[in-house]
Amino acid sequence: MFEYAPAPESREIVDIKPSYGLFIGGEWVDSQGENHHKTINPASEEVLAEVAWATEADVDRAVRAARAAFTTWSALPGSERAKYIFRIARIIQERSRELAVLETLDNGKPIRESRDVDLPLVAAHFFYYAGWADKLRYAGFGRRTTDGHSGEDPRPLGVAGQVIPWNFPLLMLAWKIAPALACGNTVVLKPAETTPLTALAFADICRQADLPPGVVNIVTGAGETGAALVNHPGVDKVAFTGSTEVGRMIARSVAGTGKRLSLELGGKAANIVFEDAPLDQAVEGIVNGIFFNQGHVCCAGSRLLVQESVADEVLDALKRRLSTLRLGDPMDKNTDIGAINSAAQLAKIRELAEAGVNEGAERWSPACPIPERGFWFPPTVFTGVAQSHRIAREEIFGPVLSVLTFRTPAEAVEKANNTPYGLSAGIWTEKGSRILWMADRLRAGVVWANTFNRFDPTSPFGGYKESGYGREGGRHGLEAYLAV
Amino acid sequence: MSERLAVRKTYKLFIGGAFPRSESGRSYAVTSSKGDFLANAAKASRKDARDAVAAARKAFPGWSSATPYNRGQILYRVAEMLEGRRAQFVAEVVDADGVTAKKAGELVDAAVDRLVWYAGWSDKIGAIRGAANPVAGPYFNLSTVEPTGVVAVVAPPTGPLLGLVSVIAPVIVTGNTCVVVASERAPLPSITLAEVLATSDLPGGVVNILTGSAGEIAPWLAGHMDVNAVDLTGADADVAVRCEELAAENLKRVLRPPLDRIDWLADPGTDRMTAFLETKTVWHPIGV
Repeated sequence: MFEYAPAPESREIVDIKPSYGLFIGGEWVDSQGENHHKTINPASEEVLAEVAWATEADVDRAVRAARAAFTTWSALPGSERAKYIFRIARIIQERSRELAVLETLDNGKPIRESRDVDLPLVAAHFFYYAGWADKLRYAGFGRRTTDGHSGEDPRPLGVAGQVIPWNFPLLMLAWKIAPALACGNTVVLKPAETTPLTALAFADICRQADLPPGVVNIVTGAGETGAALVNHPGVDKVAFTGSTEVGRMIARSVAGTGKRLSLELGGKAANIVFEDAPLDQAVEGIVNGIFFNQGHVCCAGSRLLVQESVADEVLDALKRRLSTLRLGDPMDKNTDIGAINSAAQLAKIRELAEAGVNEGAERWSPACPIPERGFWFPPTVFTGVAQSHRIAREEIFGPVLSVLTFRTPAEAVEKANNTPYGLSAGIWTEKGSRILWMADRLRAGVVWANTFNRFDPTSPFGGYKESGYGREGGRHGLEAYLAV
Repeated sequence: MSERLAVRKTYKLFIGGAFPRSESGRSYAVTSSKGDFLANAAKASRKDARDAVAAARKAFPGWSSATPYNRGQILYRVAEMLEGRRAQFVAEVVDADGVTAKKAGELVDAAVDRLVWYAGWSDKIGAIRGAANPVAGPYFNLSTVEPTGVVAVVAPPTGPLLGLVSVIAPVIVTGNTCVVVASERAPLPSITLAEVLATSDLPGGVVNILTGSAGEIAPWLAGHMDVNAVDLTGADADVAVRCEELAAENLKRVLRPPLDRIDWLADPGTDRMTAFLETKTVWHPIGV
């Protein structure tokens, strides 16, 4: 293996303030509470900034601001709303390098990924939904059950309370805010407690775009802030991306309120490799499936199902490939695997990996120097995994792959579907009819065939079963923000 | 000569294509809208509800993978069988609802027409709900709809035939299977409808019908971990909230009770179908 010279991205481009307030009604305001929290760089444990943890009173203020803004925002011609959202998309492109660096500093993901994947998708998502804002009557939702009339523009829902995770902080913000605004809703968004900085930078982008005050409000905080937002009676729509456990709590608390709800939750995707697959490509797909973004991906291909006849060959190639992955400084442009986002997440990954060993699976990692400071976990492969093992059933949300084998396509389907989740799946084979046969039978919302972890604003994303409900992206994504 | 004594029908449950009594042995008296005794209906137990879910689950792979053309034909066949029993249903609707025979006739006709309408949707809903998505890259990207799975349906308390048909047809036409909690007050037409379903080439277990206390049965189904969705159209407000809470445990899709009284004679729209559909998006690279 070649030695690489360090190629660090400069952090000069970002200007992080020592402390941040809340973005409510178009202004930076101080929290009414005393609770502040330091957000750190998970690769160095260096403190980046201090942010407020919004209280119930702060959330109430934000929801009121959103409600006040809703009247005028929803009454704007769609073409005017579209122009605001196009402006936002443009500013994101203009400030894309800065946002990528900020994302990597706060999240720990490699700069190569935030620069080449997250930020382009963020801008594309705003561009895509901007174009819908004045075309909603053509989206096919016009005909109403209650009155039987057609032709009316579908109406927005009102104030959307949105709670997003830390794995793709700005991208998840885009997935939530872009369709909500295009449909004429106003939003209060709570970023994850460990990754608030790009959402706060987004607040500044809203100001640069002259977005009317109160249309977008950002309240930082942890679970309590999120609960205050979800349970606020002034919220008409709740959108959540995160764990199935929290999704359940939210579904329960929304019961009986009439609030609309969309949930994008956990996954335990099977990535299925048949003996006739293009194995070199499949190995790249396996690596991309589970080690992209340190495995902090709800649709990660965390269960590799490989046909028995090629299991040894695939595993040898996979191990060779993993030995060339570079783990370390996320700001280095050559880094493949960055830092685990938080100490808490690292502890969870360690616990599940230990459970894998204790339950009898065989653990393997490449020789991989681990930096002294920060939160790190080496790429890890478990073989000899049984379906009953925790590492085959529970979402690890880390760079840990569980390998199982199968003999027949029917067995592959049986094993792939043997999970309460149903977010995504992968199929690797050169046989077209088999791809379609498999895709038909896999109970998952996204199926990648001979590829993995592809995303696009035009492509609906979301799960079956306990992976949640509703779709984000595409025409389907509008439905979550319209009174249809 | 004395008038001939009628042979009365025993009303039982409809589970897996068969007509069992409640395993609990329970029954309850059903009266007409005027208060006259009509029959004893089975009062389904929790075990009956579980058996019905098991039957619906067993029927799901076959029914969901039947061609839409085939499902449409079977729904049309249900309409044919219903039409043939028109007089029987008119009499039952008059008893249950206290409406005139003329009005009952309109309602039965509307139920037949509703089945025909939904039958035609089987091979069209995918065309209006699916999409070929123009992604920014060399990928073929297609979204299609699939049935959610086993749906528990709380049928409306009024509209013992038209309301019932209007909640069952949209659920099964797309390939779901269901367990229906019939109107508690007027359950008899639901069991007669089961006789229609049983003779319409509909595979056993696609529709299962339970009579009894909706307040008892609905929460059992809403909390059942092998049910994928609940339609609470006919649930009382407090039962509906309880069911929605229970449904959260395995993230069931929930169709909440309507805010206003539903006009079952109006155009139903597609909402009752789309509430129980999942969107699957398949990607494949394009290359040579």
